[in-house]
Amino acid sequence: MKLPILSFLVFFPIAGMVILLFIDRKNHKMLKEATLAISLVEFVVSLPLWFWFDGKTAAMQFVERYNWLPQYGISYYVGVDGFSLLLILLTTFLTPLCVLATWTDIQHRVKEFMICLLGLIAGMIGVFVALDLFLFYVFWEVMLIPMYLLIGVWGNPARRVYAAIKFFLFTMFGSLLMLVAILVLYFHYGKTTGTYTFDLLKMYGLSIPFNMQFWMFLAFGLAFAIKVPMFPFHTWLPDAHTEAPTVGSVILAAVLLKMGTYGFLRFNMPLFPQAAHYFVPLFSILALIGIVYGALVCMMQKDLKRLIAFSSVSHLGFVMLGLFTYTMAGVQGGIIQMINHGLSTGALFFIVGMIYERRHTRMIADFGGLSTPMPIYATIFMIVSLSSIGLPGLNGFIGEFLILLGAFKANMVYATIAATGVIFAACYMLWMFQRVMFGKVENEKNRTLKDLSPREIAIFAPLILFIVWIGVYPNTFLDKTKATTENFIAMMEKVKAPQVSFYQVIKGEAK
Amino acid sequence: MMMDYVWLIPVFPLIGFLINGLFGKKLSKNTVGIIGSAVIGLSFLVTVKIFFEFLNLPPGVKAVEKTVFTWISSGNFTAQAAFLIDPLSLVMLGVVTGVSFLIHIYSVGYMHDDPGFYRYFAYLNLFVFSMLILVSANNFLLMFVGWEGVGLCSYLLIGFWYEKQSASDAGKKAFVVNRIGDFGFLLGIFLIFWTFNTINFREVFDLAAKYPIGSGVITAITLLLFVGAIGKSAQIPLYVWLPDAMEGPTPVSALIHAATMVTAGVYMVARCSALYVLAPFSLTVVAVVGALTAIFAATMGMAQNDIKRVLAYSTVSQLGYMFLACGVGAFVSGIFHLMTHAFFKALLFLGSGSVIHGMHGEQDMRHMGNLKKYMPITYWTFMLATLAIAGIFPFAGFFSKDEILFYSLVDGHLLYWGIATVAACITAFYMFRAVFMTFYGEERFDHHHVHPHEAPMTMAVPLMILAGLSVVGGLVGFPIIEGAHKFKEFLKPSIAPLHAEVHHAMSFEIIMMIFSMTVAAVGIYIAYKCYIKTPELPEKITEKFPTTYDYVYNKYYVDELYDATVVEPIKSGSDFLWKGVDDKVVDGAVNGSAGMVAWLSAHLRKLETGFVQNYALAILIGVVLITGYLIGR
Repeated sequence: MKLPILSFLVFFPIAGMVILLFIDRKNHKMLKEATLAISLVEFVVSLPLWFWFDGKTAAMQFVERYNWLPQYGISYYVGVDGFSLLLILLTTFLTPLCVLATWTDIQHRVKEFMICLLGLIAGMIGVFVALDLFLFYVFWEVMLIPMYLLIGVWGNPARRVYAAIKFFLFTMFGSLLMLVAILVLYFHYGKTTGTYTFDLLKMYGLSIPFNMQFWMFLAFGLAFAIKVPMFPFHTWLPDAHTEAPTVGSVILAAVLLKMGTYGFLRFNMPLFPQAAHYFVPLFSILALIGIVYGALVCMMQKDLKRLIAFSSVSHLGFVMLGLFTYTMAGVQGGIIQMINHGLSTGALFFIVGMIYERRHTRMIADFGGLSTPMPIYATIFMIVSLSSIGLPGLNGFIGEFLILLGAFKANMVYATIAATGVIFAACYMLWMFQRVMFGKVENEKNRTLKDLSPREIAIFAPLILFIVWIGVYPNTFLDKTKATTENFIAMMEKVKAPQVSFYQVIKGEAK
Repeated sequence: MMMDYVWLIPVFPLIGFLINGLFGKKLSKNTVGIIGSAVIGLSFLVTVKIFFEFLNLPPGVKAVEKTVFTWISSGNFTAQAAFLIDPLSLVMLGVVTGVSFLIHIYSVGYMHDDPGFYRYFAYLNLFVFSMLILVSANNFLLMFVGWEGVGLCSYLLIGFWYEKQSASDAGKKAFVVNRIGDFGFLLGIFLIFWTFNTINFREVFDLAAKYPIGSGVITAITLLLFVGAIGKSAQIPLYVWLPDAMEGPTPVSALIHAATMVTAGVYMVARCSALYVLAPFSLTVVAVVGALTAIFAATMGMAQNDIKRVLAYSTVSQLGYMFLACGVGAFVSGIFHLMTHAFFKALLFLGSGSVIHGMHGEQDMRHMGNLKKYMPITYWTFMLATLAIAGIFPFAGFFSKDEILFYSLVDGHLLYWGIATVAACITAFYMFRAVFMTFYGEERFDHHHVHPHEAPMTMAVPLMILAGLSVVGGLVGFPIIEGAHKFKEFLKPSIAPLHAEVHHAMSFEIIMMIFSMTVAAVGIYIAYKCYIKTPELPEKITEKFPTTYDYVYNKYYVDELYDATVVEPIKSGSDFLWKGVDDKVVDGAVNGSAGMVAWLSAHLRKLETGFVQNYALAILIGVVLITGYLIGR
């Protein structure tokens, strides 16, 4: 009998929410322990996905399918392939660490916080496993609410409402257009084949006129581009990151942003391949702007969280650039880079969170010389920073290198511009590190700071393990994505972009 | 199998790094020092063993490759974690492990009172690991791992005393400037892969041989790689980080910023000789950059008062020589000079470290003088190294530098030779200036506070061993006599020749030698005149040419120029992007549209008055307008 692992992963956190309801709201410790236990079970259950996943086939695995609303062709249809596997594992892997990070950080409305957190996990895993467009959309929207609450309720009191609403509206704006596009796709499929279904894999083979692909690509693309976020739709991110509680920032950076890049891989490109080729220049250039612009703006930030937020814009620009190369190296590098960004930026937000807990400030100028009172913290911070700037031997390099290698084949100029991002990354990270960690302790409050506790070290140890693992032996992970990527590339190579101008498409002349 | 254990060479230092890094805080200083040094010693022994095994290989086998595991594979791209053992990598392995071992031992004494002792040894071990990867990798990407790894360690060690602002600034500067070079290197790797579909050295070189001389793509590849070398080996225009790197502990300057890391660029160019000989234009660029750097840095070395800075500019200048050699196709001479330079320059730095140690941290030569009385071992060893760098027969530097001068004339251009000769004269001058200011003349230090003393044995013994190497190290490359240049014979399989070997008349070679000795002697004499005989002379000269002196003394204001033309514009540009573009335009559009909705709803709300009369009026107006429209149509 096949075990319904995916359903368990989606619904167990929801069951966990129910369990939490019965725990005394004043008993913070028990609430946290229960959540930790739930997240650990979730993680352990997700491990068979890794071990039983067959990296040699591009087919969906661990598939489960039940009718939901058969009269509309809606089914509960979930599965995993090389694109989603690592992202699901990243999510289940990070959740226990996030719970650990709340131990002393979250002190009020703990019960609600944990419920939101579990709801968020369920929604995110749902997004990554859904193979039915309707189901996908449900999860996509579901996950929005707990994140909105995390920012709005547990955020930084000064601007949390502004940031939460901004996050919500931006995402809603994109997803509404996507909903329209999903419906158009549904009816188009029904009209051409006679059966009405939301089954994603069936739609992959559908031939859609270019004119329609063009608009559909943009409608889906906008929703995902906002999530990534791509320039110029990124301005919700610095606000959301800055105001969110530590765990919110970690999940936002590590997993939520990946839904955007994943969306391009899973929906935009295979559904609308002609348009996907057509839009390569536009999206590559936006990605390049993201890389360079994100890095430059990053350099000038005074707030640690904003700095990391802008660095995400730059890193995710690399991912997008890689995906749009439609080369093995570029796409595999893009996927690895999604994981890398999740690990290193997640770790960076933990790092900032821990110092914020101690000092209640995130301003770079308030620190300086922290290496002296906090040597362990300094070491971990250094390793994570180096991972983020792509030092060979650590994970970031593998992603960036493969992406640039792929990009170089696709377009030398793109690769050259993107590679300057590597220089700027060194500038902003090392400068930030210097201002925070080096120098003499000037501020008396910093002199007596406590170094990391064993609990805090326990959060970083597994992160650093993977930071090194991916850097030294990336094949463990590349192998899992290989077959799916090969299949994807083959699919993309079959079509070409039509030679029409933007203007012709808008006038409806392109067929 | 033979040589299967080659991976041990880098792994020993890695183990040292892990032990010292993770547990060093709990270990005693002696244990840390012993572990740190022993792992390097072990690497050295393995290297020696492999060297002898290599000599015993059947003739015809020129290189051995050992794959440990496949590092990255994606599509048709693969990068192996694999080693290439050939004469060139063996020379480098020998130099790196040997000199590192001595410097580690020296460090035990030098760093003894530093609270960051274990951290220091952890970084130093990590450095040696990276450097060994760099020189023994069998492909471009793994080399790049070592390449960036040594850059990281350089960053960590320059900024070792991180509480000092200038130290952490210097570390950051080194890393960023190196990254600019690495950017070129990385693009070079991409171009190599998409041209040859492999990044394995030997496969690339074999495939490249089919390309015509001067082909565009090979020229592009070699130029991009050279950008990496310019950064790592501190050549014009990216040399600016090296003088600042002297903020690090002195043994670090000796190991990283003189003997090993900075020579990585020369090694890389020599390693890629098969590509460079196909790109005459690139070779010219290499030679010109090398020659210009050699003389430019030498002039800056003349006016420095900090003993370490003199040596730093001297290093930049000597690296220029090595590139000049490569640029005229004399790759072997470049590597030869790399090796002898590793001996004598490491010795000079360690000697200066001994002086600084004995002078309680004083680095300004104006506050020294007559130290030979107090530290004879340091003095004698420093003197031998100075003779070597000045190119005096029969010290090590004489042979290698003379070879470079020789080939820059016969295979290069009269101009190269002229520049190199003048630079040689300046080198002799500033080095003897340093010797005279430090060890001779009046005692210009404060006797109440400074009590100069000789270095302890852990420091003195490495000095003496290096002194021995600086004296005899050049003999492996004995010129003139056929077959006596063992070094060249040994390296032959690794280096692609620019052209068939030409035999030059013995008398010509000897005349050249005598001439270069004369040049060195002139430099020494001027230094003697200025700093021993008539100590007031330098001041008079500087008074006579105040502007020139000012430029030289301030290093031609290059740092200031870079600040004004690169750093500041990027900073202010970024600030504008943030505050002007991101906040105002991009986010302004977002907040603006939100504001517009708010404004609209605020006004539209007023229509909802709740008075039936108002609604009736609105209906009436509507009816009238619509009817009017229908009629008027």
